[in-house]
Amino acid sequence: MTAPSLPDLAGHFGRYGGRFVPEALVRALDELEAAYRSAKTDPVFQAEFESLLVNYAGVPSLLYRAERFSAAVGAEILLKREDLNHTGAHKVRNVLGQALLAKRMGKPRVIAETGAGQHGVASATAAALLDLECVVYMGETDTERQALNVARMRMLGATVVPVTNGSRTLKDALNEALRDWVASVDTTHYLLGTAAGPHPFPEIVRDFVGGIGVEARAQCFELTGRLPDAVAACVGGGSNAIGIFHAFVPDEAVQLYGFEAGGDGVETGRHAASITGGSSGVLHGARTYVLQDDDGQTIESHSISAGLDYPGVGPEHAWLHDTGRATYEPVTDAEAMAAFQLLCRTEGIIPAIESAHALAGAARIAPRLREELGRTPTIVVNLSGRGDKDVHTAGAYFGILDPVETIVPGEQE
Amino acid sequence: MSIAEVFAKARAENRSVLIGCMPAGFPTVEDSIASMIAMHEAGCDVIEVELPYSDPVMDGPVIQRASDIALAAGVRTRDTLRIIEAVAGTGAPVVLMTYWNPIEKYGVNAFARDLAAAGATGMITPDLIPDEAAEWIAASDEHGIDRTFLVSPSSTDERIAMTVAQCRGFVYATALMGVTGARTSVSSQAPELVDRVRHADPHMPVGVGLGVGNGAQAAQVAGFADGVIVGSALIRCVLDAPDRATGITRLRALSAELAEGVRNPRN
Repeated sequence: MTAPSLPDLAGHFGRYGGRFVPEALVRALDELEAAYRSAKTDPVFQAEFESLLVNYAGVPSLLYRAERFSAAVGAEILLKREDLNHTGAHKVRNVLGQALLAKRMGKPRVIAETGAGQHGVASATAAALLDLECVVYMGETDTERQALNVARMRMLGATVVPVTNGSRTLKDALNEALRDWVASVDTTHYLLGTAAGPHPFPEIVRDFVGGIGVEARAQCFELTGRLPDAVAACVGGGSNAIGIFHAFVPDEAVQLYGFEAGGDGVETGRHAASITGGSSGVLHGARTYVLQDDDGQTIESHSISAGLDYPGVGPEHAWLHDTGRATYEPVTDAEAMAAFQLLCRTEGIIPAIESAHALAGAARIAPRLREELGRTPTIVVNLSGRGDKDVHTAGAYFGILDPVETIVPGEQE
Repeated sequence: MSIAEVFAKARAENRSVLIGCMPAGFPTVEDSIASMIAMHEAGCDVIEVELPYSDPVMDGPVIQRASDIALAAGVRTRDTLRIIEAVAGTGAPVVLMTYWNPIEKYGVNAFARDLAAAGATGMITPDLIPDEAAEWIAASDEHGIDRTFLVSPSSTDERIAMTVAQCRGFVYATALMGVTGARTSVSSQAPELVDRVRHADPHMPVGVGLGVGNGAQAAQVAGFADGVIVGSALIRCVLDAPDRATGITRLRALSAELAEGVRNPRN
């Protein structure tokens, strides 16, 4: 059964996790781990982190009873409003923690990888606040589909490097960030954006975002007088999911549901569901579930959501899956977009498309739980981010963008 | 000839070993076999076959591009074994350089068995450190494959000692903090790293890689290391050539220049 003391000293969650990295990075990982261990027990560091979360990021986020959405799906849905945090997603918690760690280690430069751009924007934000140089690696495909976030990062003073090799998406941005880090470890902290990668990143990121679950657990008690029946989150790399799951892991009556990006459907091969549609392997420094072919070559992932479009997943999720403590299911693009629209229309909240996967999943498990419990189930859904960045994608999906006559200045007679 | 014998022979000749790297299946299976045989004939003592991988985090742009070309042409793990068999069959000592996931997917013990059967003598693992290598150490022992782990300028003395103790054949010293690719000058960190390895084990041959691209640099590295590892510069001969014959001609010329370099170590 799940023990909260994981990972072990070598960074393993059962057979998952660990360090599958070039030797050149081992010292940096050791230093990071030592710095983190000392920060974790340092009341000054913890107070500084807490103060930034409260006074800068707007944490704790609300736990909001979404009554009209609840009525529509047949469950009591409580939304953990991480979309209301500064920068619009749960990721601000992780970047503030890691940027403080970078300062503590005396490293003046941070690098980050980003898919949708959310982690890049969050990293650029923390770097601006704490006066760190910031370089963000982003797949060229993603810089095109998330052009506004590229502009945001640049406004915040970060350098955005479009990555043009491989599939030009998140996994390639991660490769490039690792290559940068191998050459720059003396001055640079790699501000990894999700609870994945080599030890100690999965543990550090989990701990920095773990407040989501701690808060949600207390808020649910306050709101309903008891624990929820289930907790639902979307899973790409898995940081928002591990952030809300972790505090609930010892509560065995609380079911944990992770919803992966099913893309066009797992059966089509065009998806990003590493656990439900992949197999055990090694990618980006850890053993976990990955999308791979028979030769162990990484398969490109597909999702309407850039933030979930990643062919791996954090090792703790792999372990929670194998032990049965958490249940992982794929949610297709179509299901996610239906839930996206439903939340817009019933609650006046535009969610990130990533988070819409969790909403769709909650809607799916509601009748199942109702039957199992014989009453209306209570489901806490991590609304991990807001949908401002997705307006173009969603507008195109729903066909609601008015055709605009493009007039190029200087070309009209 | 085993890797130990190659290094012993070079030591007797008062020179370094030249290790030349080429991705399997780049640009095609047959072409890569021809390239490797030409490299060996022109003076590469050991052929380092790199198994193309989708996410090569230790590699710079040249090897990335060559690997992408090989993968796009459909090269499979079994093709890499076939290439090794063809090259080793000509008498060239062959080691494989591979990221870990393809081996884990193949099955670690089965791969060690098939690699030995194909005639390879050793395997270099850029993203497998001894800490995570229990299964590989057992499998390579069982099938008699030499293990080469990497050490880096950032490695502590404790880690160098631990890593060298797990190597057999030679240890790969990454000359600088960075990815593969030719540099204009040889890193000043390299001689110190080699000294630190020698301090941990005076008998373990040390190959130095990352950054060597011409005969003068090879001579310089040969002045302090037992082996000189060259990848990107050789691969570029093929990558930049207008046709196959020109690529082979350039490969032969560079291999000969590098071989001359390792025979004239500069201290």
